[in-house]
Amino acid sequence: MSVFLAVVIGIGWYFSYYYGDPNILYFFVIFSVLMNVFSYWFSDKIVLKLAGAKEAKREEYFDLYTSVENLSITAGLPMPKVYVINDPAPNAFATGRDKKHAVVVVTSGLLSILEKNELEGVIAHELSHIGNRDMLLSTIVVVLVGFVTIIADVFRRNLFFGNLGRSRDSDNKAGNLLMIVGIVLSILAPIFAILIQLAISRKREFLADASGALLTRYPDGLANALKKISQHSQPMTRQSSAIAHLYIADPKGLGKKFSGLFATHPPVEERVQALIGR
Amino acid sequence: MKYLWIVLGVVVLWAIYVFNRFVSLRNRTNEAWADIEVQLKRRYDLIPNLVNSVKGYATHESAAFENVTKARSAAMGATGPTGAHAQAENMLSGALKSLFAVAEAYPELKANQNFLALQNELSDTENKIQAARRFYNANVRDLNTAIESFPGNIVAGIFRFTQKEFFDLADNDAAQGPVEVKF
Repeated sequence: MSVFLAVVIGIGWYFSYYYGDPNILYFFVIFSVLMNVFSYWFSDKIVLKLAGAKEAKREEYFDLYTSVENLSITAGLPMPKVYVINDPAPNAFATGRDKKHAVVVVTSGLLSILEKNELEGVIAHELSHIGNRDMLLSTIVVVLVGFVTIIADVFRRNLFFGNLGRSRDSDNKAGNLLMIVGIVLSILAPIFAILIQLAISRKREFLADASGALLTRYPDGLANALKKISQHSQPMTRQSSAIAHLYIADPKGLGKKFSGLFATHPPVEERVQALIGR
Repeated sequence: MKYLWIVLGVVVLWAIYVFNRFVSLRNRTNEAWADIEVQLKRRYDLIPNLVNSVKGYATHESAAFENVTKARSAAMGATGPTGAHAQAENMLSGALKSLFAVAEAYPELKANQNFLALQNELSDTENKIQAARRFYNANVRDLNTAIESFPGNIVAGIFRFTQKEFFDLADNDAAQGPVEVKF
């Protein structure tokens, strides 16, 4: 979602600069924010169509279905709908605007490599995302990033045009310095906002790991699952950047290369360390 | 003098907030117990079928059948979220484990589709009972913590909110001992 937002804002800024009309940027930012809110509200339906998921019936996927059912009893959540995607890459995600419209999706690849304990760890992690309302939180964060961008731009334009008009009155150095600082900050502010958004995403992943371990009382389950998933890391056949942050592992299979400040997920070693301490 | 009224007002508002929180925690705990009872009832309903299907093959194992039937009646008789009820349920779990261990000795029974399906369902029901138990215990923990903490315990004392027991495996040797498998 954040890459999508950054790209849209970048395009908007470029057009706005080229045509000298700030309204274009505002339009792009508002448009992308609205799209994010829309995709949040209908996230359960949209995501299923995007990823080509099929509903998991109890008779066909007994272990998966009963794991979700039992863990949602433990968590005190209504049982979410369960879907399976036919993809050899192991991955899972949860989405939905609130706990009553929640959906949990796993890939067939995940089902084939994980044992029951490990699958339960993964499901507990996904249910924790639902219980901790992470979808709502990340949508709010995205909206705030949009606002920061608009405000920073408004600020920069007023500074620039305002000062140009007044430059004949006073020529004080402090004023010019402030203007330069203001311009730099207004360019950096949206970048910082996005970095903060990614940091929030990583922290919420840790929180979901912890809440999931509290549900299963067996952190080794999720730890072993994470290790297995990172070993089998390969790109998914059908991906979408818009929902990349929802997956338990990076769906592009980038693994180590895309870690650090720009990662939506913390590195697997850190997550395992936090879960079982080694 | 005006400050006294303001402080009093704040205290009253806080007391109302804490009281409502106790009510909410207590009702959630009651609901969590009701959820456990739903799963327990599921187990009661599955057991007679299980006993009959095992009886068809293992007619001499009357001790195991009697244990299960007696434990089931005892558990159905106990009501409410008390320690006694928890013990009765744990005894029933133990009796069921023994019955399954006995069934291990009869390969024809193990191949019976009906028996296998019942075994799966019962095993899933046990998992559901564990899940509901964990949820109940989490709520009891929150309620007890709120009642014990200062200064909430003052309000709890005035309005007589009582702590609840955990649904625990108490000091019960029969249920805790390992199941013997004799061939």
